[in-house]
Amino acid sequence: MTATISTTSVTPIRRRRRSARLSPLLVAFVLVPFLVESIWVFWPALQGFWFSLTRWDGMSPPAFVGTDNYVELAGDATFRGALVNTVIWLVLFGGLSVLGGFGMALVLQKERRGVGFYRAALFTPVVFSLVVTALVWRVFYQPDGIADTLLRAVGLESLIRPWLADPQTALYAVILPALWRQIGYVMVLFLAGLKAIDPALHEAARMDGANSWQRLRHVTIPQLKGVNAVVLSVIVIDSLRSFDIVWSLTKGGPYHSSELLSTYMYSTAFQSLRLGYASAIAVVIFVLALAVILGYLVRAFREEA
Amino acid sequence: MNKLRTGAFHTGMILLSLLWLGPVLWVVVMSTRSFDDIAAHGVGSLPRSFTLDTYRQAWTDGGELRALINSMVVTVPSVLLSLGLAAMAAFALSRFRIPGRRTILLLMLAGNLLPPQILLIPVAKFSELTGLYDTLWALIAVQVGFGLGFYTFVLHGFMRDLPGEIQEAATIDGAGTAQIFTKVMLPLTRPALAALGALSFTWIFNDLLWAITVLRTDDNMPVTPALLGLQGQFVSSWNVIAAGTVIAAVPTVAVFLRFQRHFVSGLALGAVK
Repeated sequence: MTATISTTSVTPIRRRRRSARLSPLLVAFVLVPFLVESIWVFWPALQGFWFSLTRWDGMSPPAFVGTDNYVELAGDATFRGALVNTVIWLVLFGGLSVLGGFGMALVLQKERRGVGFYRAALFTPVVFSLVVTALVWRVFYQPDGIADTLLRAVGLESLIRPWLADPQTALYAVILPALWRQIGYVMVLFLAGLKAIDPALHEAARMDGANSWQRLRHVTIPQLKGVNAVVLSVIVIDSLRSFDIVWSLTKGGPYHSSELLSTYMYSTAFQSLRLGYASAIAVVIFVLALAVILGYLVRAFREEA
Repeated sequence: MNKLRTGAFHTGMILLSLLWLGPVLWVVVMSTRSFDDIAAHGVGSLPRSFTLDTYRQAWTDGGELRALINSMVVTVPSVLLSLGLAAMAAFALSRFRIPGRRTILLLMLAGNLLPPQILLIPVAKFSELTGLYDTLWALIAVQVGFGLGFYTFVLHGFMRDLPGEIQEAATIDGAGTAQIFTKVMLPLTRPALAALGALSFTWIFNDLLWAITVLRTDDNMPVTPALLGLQGQFVSSWNVIAAGTVIAAVPTVAVFLRFQRHFVSGLALGAVK
């Protein structure tokens, strides 16, 4: 932070947009928000890394243990399970929401009768909290709930199981509501991107005899490059952050079968009170997110240039 | 042929819409069923009763009223404060040659991209240290701090693209920095502010993780975490839980309907560039 104060007089015409005068007010405009973020984000983040090198129960002061926590993580079966589940989550939740969202955006991009309603329908869950989403779907999964009733109606009783309480199905039963809520969101991002494509490009491709698949492959998708990058970052970051929906539906159970790194971190920290160990899990989440964060920042940096 | 395709399109989309709206409608309907009805016929059956007493139970016995007040006490100041601070930073960084402005901006954005998990323990400890733990102040503070980076980044992009002549004209007319900010820039930034306002309202209102990290007492919980408590309190009263769910969803749905255009353009803000 090196905002200097100078009082050069303004020469508006030559220096478009920016005057060189840096009043104390301007310095405060930058410093105050920056300090607020420093107190609640930057400083805690640095502390988080430090805590991951300690053993700490929250009462007595943290004791430095070097990389012990990371060594323990390597041999922790629950952690490994949570890591695998997080990858499954990333692939299924991330992949399917991109495919579904993009597909829906393609189908609903052209203005025609009814499209507004369909878009609104798919978008509705986006405004709900994940806890609301979870409770809606809990009804669906209840014994004798909608899922079971539907299966009975088509004669597939044999498939019925306690969806959220069966370690075999719990993770997937949690992904489904998360997808239900995310697809509408991704669709809106792609709709905005599709709208920004110059229709003349499609027109030219059509003149050259390209069929609709070729136009999708060679016009639409390349034109969406910027949107794709944003969607990808959003999806990866969202996946790694996913917590609410799992916490509301299964708390990571049964037997850690739907445990993600985020829920394991939370229960280790605030239920087992192993704050040092939980910090190490948080650092792992951070490292996994790092590549995407950096990619996003590089893009942002180029834009600002 | 064309007619056939239109028919297939609408049939498919109506089925899909039903898949999306069905579960929601189901919960709304279930919130009006009586306990005996659900106990006798299960949550998967069609309604055979009608009552609104469930809403009274969720509202008063379940503490949803208290929780909604908490939510508003947190959400409204958080939105105003974070957008206000972000607008200040964005204004200074986009319209003036502040040394290192690009680094500052990206650093602030980077803070928002961090997985919150890395912050949870330090933030909980820091709020204990400052005596803010288990108060709504802590939640407001962390919501403002964590959201700032993203709002600043978006507003910066918006303000940077405003024509410079307006600011110059105001400067020639003798307006100071503060006046240019409040009288010229803020009004011009209104579309972006409205979009971010609608978005941040739902984000903060819907938050679970920060609330259960810095709050402990049930009476202090906003409506999103309180909904999980309600589930524990009314274990098998699915109708009351459904009523509580509807109550918790109404404010964000209302904001969305009121600011629909802003909301969607807000989501798209980052996407098209």
